[in-house]
Amino acid sequence: MPTSTLIILLLAVSSALYYFGRQRSLAVAGGEIRKLHSLPSYYGYYAALWCLLPALAVLLLWNGFESKVITTLVVNGLPAEVRNVDDARLGLMINDIRNLATGGVVSARPDPAMQTAASHYQDLQNISRAALAVVALVIASIGGFLAWRKIATGHRARNKVESIVKGFLLSSSTLAIFTTLGIVLSVLFEAIRFFQHVSITDFLFGLSWSPQMAIRADQVGSSGAFGAIPLFVGTMLISFIAMMVAAPIGLMAAIYLSEYASRRVRAIVKPVMEILAGIPTVVYGFFAALTVAPFLRDTGSMIGLDVSSESALAAGLVMGIMIIPFVSSLSDDVINAVPQAMRDGAYGLGATRSETIRQVIIPAALPGIVGGMLLAVSRAIGETMIVVMAAGLSANLTANPLEAVTTVTVQIVTLLVGDQEFDSPKTLAAFALGLSLFVTTLILNIVALHVVRKYREQYE
Amino acid sequence: MSNNESMNRVRAGLARRYATERRFRMYGVLAILMSLFFLVLLFTTIIGNGYTAFLQTHIKLDITFDQALLDPSGKGDLAEISRTGDFNGVVKAALREAFPEVTKRGDRKSLYNLASGGAGFELRDMLMADPSLMGKTVSVWLTADDEIDMFMKGHIDRDVPEDDRRVKDLTIEWVDRLLAEDRLEKQFNTTFFTAGDSRDAEQSGIWGAAVGSFYTLIVTLLLSFPIGVAAAIYLEEFAPTNRFTDFIEVNINNLAAVPSIVFGLLGLAVFISFFGMPRSAPLVGGLVLTLMTLPTIIIASRAALKSVPPSIREAALGIGASKMQMVFHHVLPLAMPGMLTGAIIGMAQALGESAPLLMIGMVAFIVDIPGGVFDPSTVLPVQIYLWADSPERAFVERTSAAIMVLLAFLVVMNALAVMLRKRFEKRW
Repeated sequence: MPTSTLIILLLAVSSALYYFGRQRSLAVAGGEIRKLHSLPSYYGYYAALWCLLPALAVLLLWNGFESKVITTLVVNGLPAEVRNVDDARLGLMINDIRNLATGGVVSARPDPAMQTAASHYQDLQNISRAALAVVALVIASIGGFLAWRKIATGHRARNKVESIVKGFLLSSSTLAIFTTLGIVLSVLFEAIRFFQHVSITDFLFGLSWSPQMAIRADQVGSSGAFGAIPLFVGTMLISFIAMMVAAPIGLMAAIYLSEYASRRVRAIVKPVMEILAGIPTVVYGFFAALTVAPFLRDTGSMIGLDVSSESALAAGLVMGIMIIPFVSSLSDDVINAVPQAMRDGAYGLGATRSETIRQVIIPAALPGIVGGMLLAVSRAIGETMIVVMAAGLSANLTANPLEAVTTVTVQIVTLLVGDQEFDSPKTLAAFALGLSLFVTTLILNIVALHVVRKYREQYE
Repeated sequence: MSNNESMNRVRAGLARRYATERRFRMYGVLAILMSLFFLVLLFTTIIGNGYTAFLQTHIKLDITFDQALLDPSGKGDLAEISRTGDFNGVVKAALREAFPEVTKRGDRKSLYNLASGGAGFELRDMLMADPSLMGKTVSVWLTADDEIDMFMKGHIDRDVPEDDRRVKDLTIEWVDRLLAEDRLEKQFNTTFFTAGDSRDAEQSGIWGAAVGSFYTLIVTLLLSFPIGVAAAIYLEEFAPTNRFTDFIEVNINNLAAVPSIVFGLLGLAVFISFFGMPRSAPLVGGLVLTLMTLPTIIIASRAALKSVPPSIREAALGIGASKMQMVFHHVLPLAMPGMLTGAIIGMAQALGESAPLLMIGMVAFIVDIPGGVFDPSTVLPVQIYLWADSPERAFVERTSAAIMVLLAFLVVMNALAVMLRKRFEKRW
């Protein structure tokens, strides 16, 4: 029985128990609801939850461990001479057996031992499926029945149901913690494995990056260099260009919208600028690669400059455009938070609007603006698609915006896209890069949020 | 300094100060105009490159469903014909017949290239739908090759020297003749909306990616909306103010700012490598996007809950509702429109996201339309990324057209969110 059918069946059983539970509560109360502790539907929910939750838990655990248990059993059933090979070969063989059993494509020609193993595998799987269906349904019925028996006039069904619901609410909110934990652990573990191959200092301070490894031991070729400085410099260069575009335009737009623009202009222009923020980054990447980069190259060759077709300038410019609405809406927030009294004071002293803005509002809003800029920088550093599509792959250590540079995110993508063995330093390097990316953006965010909060408190 | 004197000094500086004022104001206008200019430029580039993809050049040929080619055994078994019939041979025969003067081997080869490599499949589908066509001769519109299509749309210039041109003089001669006979025409491009990916531009479509996006978003919505709303309810209505609650909030705020590619790394390490889930599956994509959009939904849902006035809560508690009943019977229905708006915005974000999906293998070249959440598939933005990498000119317009479709979906979703907010927004 497929899992989906089983789940539907379980849902059917539990809704039946809802009905029976509700009926029983009415029966024990003799039809007089006020004798019951809780409303009848709570008794129904109580029975239904006791039916559904344990069975679902069993289902989940079973699905988690099923394939491991079956694989172990099958491997133990293999003839000893077939079984005693190294781990990699064994893994390949298990894969083949699994594919034989499910009718997929097999790498080697199946020999009789494999055929028997495959049919063994299939048998075990069928048994396991059938057993799971029986076990889950039995548990559901027992759980439901026990709960149903407990129903009595004094039974506090509502409190029990509500505490289960509250448990669900609480565990949902802790998911954020588990996600962070998952990110930290997964990235950290792989990064540590990477640092067993390459020392941390070589990674953080090395000046050359070429992750191509010789695949076989006897192969001539590079052994891979994992110095991440060129990537860090490339990332910073592109982010810097992006901020050079986004910071002035975003800030001036925010100032104009909040200080000069009439209500009508503001109501039109603001949403239109927000459109820029809603456009998927892959679209910006296409725009950069198709329009901006060739335009820059042609303009460059017209005035005698050699502009690479994957120049940092093109990626940076487009990334800047993407960040404009981000900067402007954050700056807009903080400028609006500056108390009106400060403006009125400046006007009262005879200052013009621009003088008020430059000498009163901006200094007052500065911490908030800086915080917003830091958030924008962290956005730029973590941005992936634009640089993957418009920036280069070769790790040049240069500060010239007309040359091609590569970034941390580009390298993560190139290292992990395509088929990779999971424990080569090349793949693990992506996780080390991911760790440095995560830590950098985390620090930037924490600092920025702290600064912005401090600033807000000042005027509240 | 007398009063008069200081007034004079102020006046002397006034012209300069007003000039500065005007300049400053102009900078602001300039900044806004520039960002609007970028927006317009972006849209005109995409639309200018993409609108032609909605039309596709078709070529009319007199096709003879020749039994000798399609069913040499003569058994008339449809399944057999569909598998082994030489439908491309039928197309070639029709082309030879249309241009009997072409006899040289090399010329014949370029003649065959007038029709798409998939033209045979179109004939096969026709025959399968109507087996009585066997042996008959009919005029059929078939898809033309992508280079003919590019030539028809003016992307290949006939004034360029022949050596630098993808379409040669001889082919242009044929095209002109077909045009004169009304046998070449641009028709609405249905393939683009019904096919999966393909290496040949004229046979590729976005339907496979759209279905993949649909499954991925369904998984994301089913997981992130209930979990996000539950988390928001807990944090707004039940959570005690203590260190633990603070820690949850810090985590949510930080997750909102973690680069999306890091979520992809998490998906790769945890879902694929640790739990052994299938690569390229919408299920895993949906899980990763769930984790990514959760902060957005939680933050929006909390704002919606906050906007419900405390008097509602007090009234519910006052007539004897339990706290849980108060939340689920009274507060939640009032906060629902705001939560749905947040969910739609989160889904729009997830629809446009591609970087984390690259990490979990949703970039594979997949021709088949996925049939469920476990089938390998790709999504619209990743399809755009894949096509953007293809060197053929015809893929540029397909990419732009796919972007137009994606943007159309996003516009619809955001419009829905705005409408929902306008329709149900309550000012207490």
